[in-house]
Amino acid sequence: MNKTVNQKAWFLVLPVLLLVAFSAVIPLMTVVNYSVQDTFGNNQFFWAGLDWFRDMLASERMWDALVRQLIFSAIILAIEIPLGIFVALHMPKKGFWSSFCLVTMSLPLLIPWNVVGTIWQIFGRVDIGLLGYTLDALGIDYNYTQNTIDAWVTVIVMDVWHWTSLVALLAYAGLRSIPDAYYQAAKIDQASRWAVFRYIELPKMAGVLMIAILLRFMDSFMIYTEPFVVTGGGPGNATTFLSIDLVKMALGQFDLGPAAAFSLMYFLVIMLISWVFYTVMTNLDKRDGVQ
Amino acid sequence: MAKITLDNLAHSYMANPKADDDFALKELNHDWADGEAYALLGSSGCGKSTLLNIISGLLIPSQGRVLFDGRDVTHAPTADRNIAQVFQFPVVYDTMTVRENLAFPLKNRGMDAAEIARRVQRVGKMIDMEAQLNHKARGLTADAKQKISLGRGMVREDVNALLFDEPLTVIDPHMKWELRTQLKKLHHDFGHTMIYVTHDQTEALTFADKVVVMYDGRVVQIGTPQELFERPAHTFVGYFIGSPGMNLFDAEVDGRTARIAGTPVDLGDAYAGTGTMQIGVRPEFIRLSTTDEGIPARLRRVEDVGRHKILRLEVNGHEINAISGEGDVIPEGANRITFAPEGVNVYANDWRISPQGKAA
Repeated sequence: MNKTVNQKAWFLVLPVLLLVAFSAVIPLMTVVNYSVQDTFGNNQFFWAGLDWFRDMLASERMWDALVRQLIFSAIILAIEIPLGIFVALHMPKKGFWSSFCLVTMSLPLLIPWNVVGTIWQIFGRVDIGLLGYTLDALGIDYNYTQNTIDAWVTVIVMDVWHWTSLVALLAYAGLRSIPDAYYQAAKIDQASRWAVFRYIELPKMAGVLMIAILLRFMDSFMIYTEPFVVTGGGPGNATTFLSIDLVKMALGQFDLGPAAAFSLMYFLVIMLISWVFYTVMTNLDKRDGVQ
Repeated sequence: MAKITLDNLAHSYMANPKADDDFALKELNHDWADGEAYALLGSSGCGKSTLLNIISGLLIPSQGRVLFDGRDVTHAPTADRNIAQVFQFPVVYDTMTVRENLAFPLKNRGMDAAEIARRVQRVGKMIDMEAQLNHKARGLTADAKQKISLGRGMVREDVNALLFDEPLTVIDPHMKWELRTQLKKLHHDFGHTMIYVTHDQTEALTFADKVVVMYDGRVVQIGTPQELFERPAHTFVGYFIGSPGMNLFDAEVDGRTARIAGTPVDLGDAYAGTGTMQIGVRPEFIRLSTTDEGIPARLRRVEDVGRHKILRLEVNGHEINAISGEGDVIPEGANRITFAPEGVNVYANDWRISPQGKAA
């Protein structure tokens, strides 16, 4: 086929370009602007070069937040992915109960994030919360506002409650796409339950699981609302994750320069990780595409 | 290998079947002889897959028994029956190599490594994939995958039967012939009992020693390709096998004579009973005639398909097909058709009736 060259076609890209410019590029540029300057109010700016970046890279506070962030993401992935697969494997395959499960499980996904935070904030209170009160009555010393471990457990359980459904629904969709013949052939081959999972279900779910891992990783890596509502980053800085720290720095202390440098580095890390996932996923697709 | 006996077998997908129509598979008694190649032929929804799944144990029949060499396996799970099945869509374990795929059923049965290696090598040779044994199964073509699923059945040397559920549906046309030839050869060399489900008459007729034709949940005829062609036991067999299928004429039968559209036709043999019946004649036996003898017909068009010509005719308002040789000249002004008595079958209520004094 002959390709016709028409440079005017570039104008068709213009609307998207404008939209993206206003929604993403221009706001981002103001951040870039802040990150290389210092201001003392009155709209007076002084060139600071890469000083803020140097400061932030040397800042113990940022590294601590990053480490907390990575630990948090690792823990919730380690729980939600296997748990989601486990739930998907045990969901009813068809009929009323299958629909019932699907609808019930989507409910947490539909609740606004700050409402989820509020629910757990109250749920965990020792004086009026069902969970906090019950644990207290059972003689378990639980107080997420004072104890670091309790705060972490609360935030993690909340995230698991909120998001495992997403992994389960994706895994369930992957499972449903496996033709019956595979299971029948496995029966004839006398494959064990584990072998069916390992050699049929897991490979067929690989694609959707990559998406699940990507979504859960990115979301947890950027998490702000829920822990902010529940613990406010405390006790101390125990649950101060990257976003919470960033907001504290930018809006609480009004350190616009360092916060902007922090944001840009945060952004680059997320871009990098997304790129890695994207590459892995397209390779998976390519490999499957050969069939 | 085993003889498979179906005793009084029937199946319905409903909980409480009452009428005959409720049964997806109507009552059936049949022996599948050891070492023979059968094709199960019928259109979609005729119950052939139901029957296959009952034999393989994926489905428990609502009545009757399945016996392997006299042993009742009606309720035995698939694994106990020691059968192999090749499905419509190739089933391979994507993440394994071809070799691991072939070894998988043996490994699951706890066989020792040396024996597994020997058998995998042998089967790799049988299915002509020795060179690809170390390739990943993912990314192979559909026909190669289908050969692997066949191979997974054949590594179990004591397998009772090989079942095929429309295995060539997703295979490219030029590979179909090759695979079918290979299957026939494997059957010839190793003599497994094979049951091959298909809706493609060419596949069925070329593959099988005996073809089992099913229609509406019922086995209507079991026979060699020649028997199905010459003496279809049911009008469906006549219609389904052959291209185009058998022609049916409404006729008044009285002894040796049938009256079609007012024209008397000699049937060659006498038939019991009189009244409205149907006369089945395959297109291959119908000849055009310019004389005054024969049934009045109007030639509507001629389709030349290369190896022969198909004549579309109209007889008494019904469409009739005839086949004439590629080199034959179609006589000018032909307005009648004739056919030899040996090409005639007589049907009452869709079932063939035998002439008097001759067994069915």
